[in-house]
Amino acid sequence: MGIRERLSGNEAIAYAMKQINPDVMGAFPITPSTEIPQYFSTYVDNGEVDTEFIAVESEHSAMSTCIGAEAAGVRAISATSSCGLCYMTEMLYVAASDRLPITLAVSLRALSGPININNDHSDAMAEKDAGWIMLFAETNQEAYDNYLQAMRIGEAVSLPTMVCQDGFITSHAIENIELVETETVKKFVGEYKPEHGLLHPDERMAVGAYATPVYYMECKRQQSQAMIDALDVIKKVGAEFGEVTGRTYGLIEKYKMDDAELAIVMIAGSSAGTAKEAINRLREQGKKVGLVKIRAYRPFPGKEIGEALKNVKAVAVMDKSDSFNAHCGPVFADVTSSLYQQRILDPIAISVIYGLGGRDVRVESIEHVFAELEKIAATGDPGETYRYLDVRE
Amino acid sequence: MAFNLKENLAKEDRLASGHRMCAGCGSPVAVRTVLRALNPEDHAVICSATSCLEVSTFQYPYNAWKDSFIHNAFENAGATISGVETAYRALKKRGKLDETYKFIAFGGDGGTYDIGFQSLSGAMERGHDMVYVCYDNEAYMNTGIQRSSSTPRFADTTTTPAGKVVPGKPQQKKNLTKIMVAHNIPYVAQSTFIGNLSDLSTKAHKAIYTEGPAFLNVMAPCPRGWRYPGDKLLEVTKAAVETCVWPLFEVENGKYTINYFPKKKFPVEDYLKMQGRFKHMFKPGNEWMIEQVQAEVDKNWEDLQVLASLNK
Repeated sequence: MGIRERLSGNEAIAYAMKQINPDVMGAFPITPSTEIPQYFSTYVDNGEVDTEFIAVESEHSAMSTCIGAEAAGVRAISATSSCGLCYMTEMLYVAASDRLPITLAVSLRALSGPININNDHSDAMAEKDAGWIMLFAETNQEAYDNYLQAMRIGEAVSLPTMVCQDGFITSHAIENIELVETETVKKFVGEYKPEHGLLHPDERMAVGAYATPVYYMECKRQQSQAMIDALDVIKKVGAEFGEVTGRTYGLIEKYKMDDAELAIVMIAGSSAGTAKEAINRLREQGKKVGLVKIRAYRPFPGKEIGEALKNVKAVAVMDKSDSFNAHCGPVFADVTSSLYQQRILDPIAISVIYGLGGRDVRVESIEHVFAELEKIAATGDPGETYRYLDVRE
Repeated sequence: MAFNLKENLAKEDRLASGHRMCAGCGSPVAVRTVLRALNPEDHAVICSATSCLEVSTFQYPYNAWKDSFIHNAFENAGATISGVETAYRALKKRGKLDETYKFIAFGGDGGTYDIGFQSLSGAMERGHDMVYVCYDNEAYMNTGIQRSSSTPRFADTTTTPAGKVVPGKPQQKKNLTKIMVAHNIPYVAQSTFIGNLSDLSTKAHKAIYTEGPAFLNVMAPCPRGWRYPGDKLLEVTKAAVETCVWPLFEVENGKYTINYFPKKKFPVEDYLKMQGRFKHMFKPGNEWMIEQVQAEVDKNWEDLQVLASLNK
């Protein structure tokens, strides 16, 4: 039986951490993820968990301590946002290359500059090629559920996992949530028993070799295979989670896509809920509109997205960050390359940059995007394919 | 524990031979001596910052480290080993590990005085039970002899070349040992290789078996960067000690002890003239440079004696 509660997204993540009771947390505060280590250190100091909490002097050291701890053979976790995530960048690559299944909660926030503490996805997108599994959440419930699945997924393929939610909009807003009983959580997540570790008394292990051109590429190829393997693992763990909780997860969520002619694709975030409301309203007007919400952005579910979009006439891929490449946002690039690779060439696609630095995304904003798609589908002319939504020009 | 050379030599080397460090380099001497100070029955996890030491000892698929070893990056040996040490405490607390482990990080002066300074300071402040060993060769040798904040005044490096207008590094060497003392950790020591290595051996044993964080600053010359013949390593370090350029001292819970007083304090020329990096200081007209270095060495030595006298 689930437990009905009301929690913010940060509280929900911290509560999931408490239920899992990992071995080591290394963290440094940054808005809007600060509350996560705050809540967690309260659990530590009140003896509600027996995790060792390391209050480090920077995000760089947070990830460095996690790498040391996970390599030692224990579960290590952290939480961060924005510039803190970028300050970890070098270490994120090392964590993935060392094949350490660290779990990192990210409350997504815009990058400087201008300095801004509000939500967009530019921090996560800056790390999309670091080799981490990246799960995104529309709601507090999804953030919590993703966190409970993250270790199962990461540990199965020996890759680190980011569990992302929108800063403030999700991390600070209190919503109804159904928590899983701690016994069930512990059983679902299981004990961590890595095959090797620095602290395994029967063996000595060395981590972090210098690899010459003779070996470097094979190392990367194996890392690449692990990410490919993660596609199936995410689906399996999501299905198993459904058996336990009644909430099943896949790589993407399709909302009213069966007969959709116009579609929006976006990473799971708070705006997906707004998009669903817009779709409900437009459906009442008889418009065939739908949403493809990307839950797992890394690995990228290109096949599933292609399957969902193959019959649409026009699609807007909405990016809550910009690549500043005079071309398109990062999710657009991934989605359209997947379509091309599968020879799905009929949908006309535009890249829409939205919600940067906390710019409000209203139901009307999404309705406007669908109105544009309607015009594009009717005329066959995409017009400008690289657009900004709700911006003063 | 009194140093016993015979016993010390009977211990197994914990850094295997066959690694790729240069002949005449001080770094592997520092490493082997420190690791030899471990009680043979104790396990250890060793961390190295990115450095000559790291790339020369752990080039896949070869590994010279007989203990568990982790290299992470250039600037974070302090944080990395503190993560491993914390995992150890977590496993101990949960009754999942019976064995005793010790935690030792090595970094060059680049990874310690400069880019890794924040990570080191954080680890020391947090009080992890670990030893951080700086093998100080006074420049970024791995990238080709660029100046660091540890490079002494006037040294010729590839980013402070002894030029017509600027005669080598204009700035003085940072006093990292004192900065580490200011962290109020239980044990800080400065050492190098003299005699039968009893000074470094004794300090390494104390550092490893003192509960809490400890810091060792070990002068470890580089034959390429300092430009001395490889077989002169121990003569260079001896000269550094006899001239008081690199005094041997330790600080236990804030109490300074000078471990070696030269019978006759030699002039700094005796140290400088052995090394090509100071060659330009001996050109006619540059006597002022040697005088300035002598004055600085004298002042630092006097200051150290004052600090040692305060605790008597």
